[in-house]
Amino acid sequence: MQAFTEYSTIYAALGGFHVGDMLMQLFFFIVLLLLVKKFAWGPVMDMMKKREDYVASEIETAEKSRADAEKASKEALEQLKQTKQEAQKMIEDAKNAGTRQEEEIIQAARAEADRIKKAAQADIQNEKEKALQALQDKVASLSVLIASKVIEKEISAQDQEKLINDYIKEVGEEL
Amino acid sequence: MDHTAPIVEDVFGISWLDFNMSNVLMMFITSLIVFVLCVLGARKLQMKPTGAQNVMEWVLDFVKGIINDTMDWKTGKLFLPLALTLFTYILVGNMLGVVTNGVVGHDVWWKSPTADPGITLTLSAMVIVLSHFYGIKLRGGSEYVKDYFRPLPFLFPIKIVEEFANTLTLGLRLFGNLYAGEVLLSLLVGLTTSGVLGFLGGAIPFLAWQGFSVFIGGIQAFIFTMLAMVYMSHKVSEDH
Repeated sequence: MQAFTEYSTIYAALGGFHVGDMLMQLFFFIVLLLLVKKFAWGPVMDMMKKREDYVASEIETAEKSRADAEKASKEALEQLKQTKQEAQKMIEDAKNAGTRQEEEIIQAARAEADRIKKAAQADIQNEKEKALQALQDKVASLSVLIASKVIEKEISAQDQEKLINDYIKEVGEEL
Repeated sequence: MDHTAPIVEDVFGISWLDFNMSNVLMMFITSLIVFVLCVLGARKLQMKPTGAQNVMEWVLDFVKGIINDTMDWKTGKLFLPLALTLFTYILVGNMLGVVTNGVVGHDVWWKSPTADPGITLTLSAMVIVLSHFYGIKLRGGSEYVKDYFRPLPFLFPIKIVEEFANTLTLGLRLFGNLYAGEVLLSLLVGLTTSGVLGFLGGAIPFLAWQGFSVFIGGIQAFIFTMLAMVYMSHKVSEDH
């Protein structure tokens, strides 16, 4: 009897098992679950998902822009290299052209000089021949005059010719 | 010292339908507090979380961690709302009994709803029934039945016992911890109100036990959620 009383006291303090409580608990829990899911955790989860997506997309964008920048810098570097090469080539070309022109000018000058020299030589020869001819003529008449005056003796035309030719030869050797 | 519960018997003339009105009241208050706190926390959601939103996200991540410990997140995310509600409901319920116990006349009206075996067993039975439901739904009936004969066929009876044992231990662990806490608190209340010497002797243990009860309340809410997810994962995971 004693044991039973004690048991019933505890039982009373606990309130015991009540089917109504259990059903109510189930009902409250399910309603609470649906309500907080809809009004609290759902939006929070959505926001977290949104943030996750945002961060992911930001990272992606950053990665992309970094790759773009890298590409652009590489391109710029390549262009710079190309430009440098072109400039180098231009300088080389100009140098070559200069050297060639120089040579051409020198060649032309040399040819011109040669030509002038040759012309001068030809002129000189010409003049010389002309002078020789004139001298020949002059010496011919002079010698006739001198001979006729000095020797005062008639000589045949054949002898005179021979004499003149001898003179000329002498003069030519002297020249 | 011996308080009774406000019990209403034979509602609507149905002989088995009894209500402990204090439990009903406390369930309602707990649900209301959880709901209001959660909705307040989920107000003004922003990309850059501030204040209450941080707390909400911390709780969410914490429960997410519990689920991730026990199962794959692909199936686990299905149980996130359940685990969140279990955790917050039990935590708030536990705390309500620690803060104070209310007695009107001879009846205990204000106490932890989780200090009642019927309520904790209802929660645990719900979890176990849900685990069977999702086990069949996610893996198919034949896999579900075959699971009773794994790893060895003769373990079948033990597997059956395990299901009931799980339900009982899950519910009664929570009830026992909370009920013991409340019994000790009410004893200390009796001591401190008995006289000057009693107050001097009882005040410090009372404070200490209250602090410890807060700790136990948090731990038990965590353990209940954790084990609920463990039992769930036994049913829904391919390998365990």
